[in-house]
Amino acid sequence: MVGELTWRKRLLGLWAPLALFSVVALFPFTWMAATSLKTNAELYDPKAMPLTIRHPSLVHYISLLQETNFLTWIANTMLVAAVATGISLLLGTMLAYPLARMRFRGAPLLAITVAVTYLVPQSLLFVPMADLIGRLKLGNTLSAVMLTYPTLLVPFIAWLLMGYFKTVPKELEEQALIDGASRWRAMTRVILPLCMPGFISAGIFAFTLAQNEFLYALLFLSRSDVRTVPIGVVGELIRGDAFYWGQLMAGALLGSVPVALIYSFFVKYYVAGLTAGAVKG
Amino acid sequence: MNPVVEASRATALESRAYRPVGVSRLREFIEREWVFSWLILTPPVLFLLAFLGYPFFYGVYLSFFRREVAGPPTFVGFGNFVTLANDPIFWQSVGNTVKFTGAATVLKAFGGLGMALVMNQNFKFKAITRAVLLLPFIVPTVLSTVAWQWIYDPGLGLFNRLLVESGLAKTGPSWLGTPTMAMISVIIVNTWRGLPFFGISILAGLQTIPVDQHESATIDGAGTWDRFRHVTLPSLLPVILIVTTFSIILTFFDFQLVYVLTGGGPANSTHLMATYAYSLSMGAGQMGLGSAVALSMVPVLGLLLVLLTYYVRKD
Repeated sequence: MVGELTWRKRLLGLWAPLALFSVVALFPFTWMAATSLKTNAELYDPKAMPLTIRHPSLVHYISLLQETNFLTWIANTMLVAAVATGISLLLGTMLAYPLARMRFRGAPLLAITVAVTYLVPQSLLFVPMADLIGRLKLGNTLSAVMLTYPTLLVPFIAWLLMGYFKTVPKELEEQALIDGASRWRAMTRVILPLCMPGFISAGIFAFTLAQNEFLYALLFLSRSDVRTVPIGVVGELIRGDAFYWGQLMAGALLGSVPVALIYSFFVKYYVAGLTAGAVKG
Repeated sequence: MNPVVEASRATALESRAYRPVGVSRLREFIEREWVFSWLILTPPVLFLLAFLGYPFFYGVYLSFFRREVAGPPTFVGFGNFVTLANDPIFWQSVGNTVKFTGAATVLKAFGGLGMALVMNQNFKFKAITRAVLLLPFIVPTVLSTVAWQWIYDPGLGLFNRLLVESGLAKTGPSWLGTPTMAMISVIIVNTWRGLPFFGISILAGLQTIPVDQHESATIDGAGTWDRFRHVTLPSLLPVILIVTTFSIILTFFDFQLVYVLTGGGPANSTHLMATYAYSLSMGAGQMGLGSAVALSMVPVLGLLLVLLTYYVRKD
C-alpha cells in the first residue's frame, strides 16, 4: 500500500510535470527537424501526418549548403563571437580586477556604473550606434560587430568576474607583495590563474550571447557575405514564395547546432554564469 | 586617509626592506593602489565611454532634431516628443509593451517556480534533464522564433494541423493574423524562451536553502503547503525578485521576437516600443523621432534599476 502511494505521488509530483516541461521545451526542435528532412511533396501534403517522416531526404540541407552563403555565415558568426569574446574577456578583467580587489577613490561609483551599463539594452542605443558606425565607415564589415558586441559583453563579464575575484583571499596577494612581486605580477601570476572557472563561465556565456545577437548585426551587416547566421537566415532564407520552410528549418537547425554543442560541453559553467547574478545577488 | 589604505602602505614600506636598493621612483609610484588601479582601468573605461557613453548622449542630442533622409537636420527642441505624445501608434506601442511584458513575466515567474520545484527532487538523469530544459534559452532566439512562425502557420503549421487532425476544430485560428491572437502568440513564444531562465535560477536558489530548516518545520508539524509558504517562499523571495526584474528589463526592451514573428502587425497590434523605434528610424528614416521613442523607455529602465539596486542592497 505505502509503496503504491509513493509511486503515485512520484508520478504526479515528478514524472508527469517533468514530461510536460520536456515536451514543451523540445517540440519546436522536433518540428524543425521533421520539416527539414521531408521533401516538399510530403511537406505540403495536407493529408500527411505532420510529425512523422515517410521519405526522409537531405534535399533541403544540400540546397542550403550549395545555393546559399550558409557556411560563410557560420564562419562569420564563429569569428565574430570569438574575437568579441576575446576582447571582452580582456577588457572585462581589466575592469573587474581593481574594482574587486583594490581600494581607491571612485571605486564604488564605478562599480555601480558597470552594473547599470550591464542592463542597458541595445534597443536603447541602436539609432546613434548606427550613425556612429556609419561615420566610422565600418558598415558591412565584421569589425562593426566585433567593436559593438563588447559594449554588451564587457559590463556583464566584469560583473561576473568581480564575484570570482572577491573570493580569492587578500592574504595571497599580500604574501606575493611581501615576497617582492609587483602588483602586476601578483595579479597575473597569483590571483588570475586561481579564477579559471570564472573565465570559462564568462567566456561561454559571452560567446553564446555574441552568437545570438541580432539587432546590431541587422543594422550593420546587409551584404550577404558578411552576414552572421541569425540575420542570414531571416534575411535570405525567408523568400517570397510559400515553399521555403524546408530549407529555412534546415538552416535554423544547423545554425543552432554549434551553440548547442558548445553549451552541452560547458553546461555546468553556463549555469554558474547564468545564476551568479541572481543567486549571489 | 582610510585605515585600509594605510595598512597597505605599511605593507608596502615593510616589503621595501626586502627589495634591492635601486628601486626606481616610477615603479614605486605605479605600485600605489590607486595608480595601479587606474592604469588597468583606463582602457576599458575609455572603450565604454566611446561606445556606450557617447552613443547615449548622441542619442539624446539626435532626439532634439528632425532629420529626414534628404536635407540637413533642423533643431526642433522637444518637438519630437510632442509629435509622439500626439501619435496614436506610439501610445499603442506603449500599451502593447506593457501588456506583453506583464503577461509574459507573470507566466514565466509561475512556470519557472513550478519547474524549479519539480526539478528540486531526486531523480535519475537530473543533469541531462536540466540541460535539455534550458535549450529554449540557449538556442539563438531568431532561429527558434522562425520555427514558431512555422508552427503558427495557418494552413500547414503544427498547431492547426494537430487541431484539425484531432477533430478539435474544422479550421484552426489565425495565430498571427488577428490583433488579439497575434499578441497571445507573441507572449507564448517569449514565455517558452524565458521560462527556463526563471526555472534554473530559482532552482539554484532552492538548493541554497538549508535542509534542516525543512526538517525542523516538519518536526513542528508543518505540512507540505505550510513548509512551502513559510520556509521555501520567504527564502526564495530575493532570488525571484531579482530574476523577475532582470526579465522585465529584457522583455520590455525586446526587439527580435516581434520583428521576426509579426513585424509589429497586424495593424500595429504587436508593435513594441523597440520595434516602433526601429521602424521609425530605419524604415522611415526619421532618426530623431526614433531616438525619442527609444529615450522614452529610459525612465522605465531607471525605475527598474533603482528597484534592483534596492533588492540587492537589502539582500
